[in-house]
Parts: sequence; C-alpha cells; structure tokens
Amino acid sequence: MNGDDRIHLSYQVEGGDLTRAGEASSGVKQTLRKLGIDPGTIRRVSVCMYEGEINMVIHANGGLAMVDVGLDDITITLTDYGPGIPDIDKAMQAGWSTAADSVRDLGFGAGMGLPNMKKYSDEMKIKSIVGVGTTVTMVVKIPS
Amino acid sequence: MIVRQLADELDLTVFAMDDPDRETAGGYCGDLLSWVMGRAVAGGAWLTIMSNVNVAAVAALADVACVILTEGVQPDPALLDKARLQGVNLLGTAMPTYACAGKLHGLIG
Ligand SMILES: Nc1ncnc2c1ncn2[C@@H]1O[C@H](COP(=O)(O)OP(=O)(O)O)[C@@H](O)[C@H]1O
Ligand SMILES: [Mg+2]
Repeated sequence: MNGDDRIHLSYQVEGGDLTRAGEASSGVKQTLRKLGIDPGTIRRVSVCMYEGEINMVIHANGGLAMVDVGLDDITITLTDYGPGIPDIDKAMQAGWSTAADSVRDLGFGAGMGLPNMKKYSDEMKIKSIVGVGTTVTMVVKIPS
Repeated sequence: MIVRQLADELDLTVFAMDDPDRETAGGYCGDLLSWVMGRAVAGGAWLTIMSNVNVAAVAALADVACVILTEGVQPDPALLDKARLQGVNLLGTAMPTYACAGKLHGLIG
C-alpha cells in the first residue's frame, strides 16, 4: 500500500441464513492479516464488522458490506434495504433487542451488538429510514 | 501456557486443535455471543455450552486462543467442520463451567 491508495473490499451478505453469517467478517480479517495490520486493530474491526453483519442477517434480510482500508484508518460501511430502525437511541441501549426467539436460541439477540460496535470503533454513524433501510458507518483508526 | 499443555493438564477432549502452540492466558465464560464478542480477552480461553456453528466465527473473530465446551456438551457437526476450517482450537470437558473456570484460573489466571 503506498501514498493515498486505499484498498476497497465488498461483500454481499445473505439475509436470514445464520449458518453462513460471519463469512464477510472472516474474509475481511484474512485480508487485513495479509496486509500486515496489527492484531489489536484487526480484532476491533472484526467485532464491529461481525456485529454489523449479524444485524443485517437477522434484522434486515441481508445487505452490502464495504470495507475501505487506508494507512491511518479502516472504514466499514454496511448498507441494507431492511425495515429501518424507528428509534436509534433506543436501539443503541445495551440489552434492547427485537430479535426473534429462534435467533436467541443460537446465542444472538442479547441487544449488545450496536453497543459493541460503538465501543470498538472510533466513530460510528447510523442513518436509517423506516421502510427504506439502514446504513451504518464505522471508522477504526490504525495506531501509528 | 500453550493450548496443547492446557488440554493435557485439564484432560480436555480435543475436537479440533489446529494451533496447539498458541499461548493462552485469561478467559471468559458466556453463552450470549455479543457478550463474548465484547468481553472475551484476545488469547484467552472461552468457556461455553453453545455448540452451534456460529461459535467458530465468534472464536476466530474475537481472537480467543481456544474454546472449551463445558458440561459435556458436544459440538454440532457443522461447528466441528467450521472449527477445523478456520483453525479454531475446540476442546471439551464433562466438568461444569464453574469447576472448569476454577481450575483454569489456577493455571492461566
Ligand atoms: N440493520 C438493522 N436493520 C433494522 N433494525 C436493526 C438493524 N440493526 C439493529 N437493529 C435494531 O436494533 C436492535 C438492537 O441491535 P443490537 O444492539 O445489535 O442487538 P440485537 O441484534 O442483539 O438485537 C435490534 O434488535 C433491532 O431492532
Ligand atoms: Mg445485533
């Protein structure tokens, strides 16, 4: 990677299928490893990305994950055309979840996904329109 | 302590051990995957009774050194496959979570 080149990765995330959920996040992790990114940064990106990926699978019938890797930061953009989030402040609260019982039985739906994404990213923005979809953007800074 | 040694010391069942030389210290007990994601320590042991395929992805992404299925829980076949594929150290024990964590604490803090 040199100068202002950034590396762009993108993944289509399938909705509903929790057996395949995490493939995009695992792919990103492998690429970041090959690029020589430090393990701490990889872990933070992995947590943010996985929680966001799971949300697209269980709440939004899938979506698109884009990861943009620069020298100083990694930006994750998750876009879906799901139901949207009516009350973002409420959704951000630890423990708040609308996940179905079938999803909870697998260990998801603890209502800690968005709080984890907030905790492990340096910047996080949620844009959501009910009935249209949701875009979550997270920036993880790479320590110099 | 490395994972292979830990497995020997606690007489753990080895379901998958692609990375036996990984150093491990500390640990986390939990079955809610987002709690594990948010709280597990990198390089630690993760004790759980969850046995579905998602355990492999969480273990790999949270960067734990090994997963220990406690209380005699057996991995689902899909989890076994995924753990092998992703190089996740997947171990098991008949010990209850509390007892296993107690022993682990003495060994790896
Ligand atoms: N992409 C999304 N589309 C629609 N709703 C979402 C999305 N992401 C999160 N939500 C809503 O926000 C709530 C909280 O999300 P989160 O903190 O990840 O917890 P959980 O996924 O365990 O329910 C979800 O239960 C859901 O109602
Ligand atoms: Mg979630």
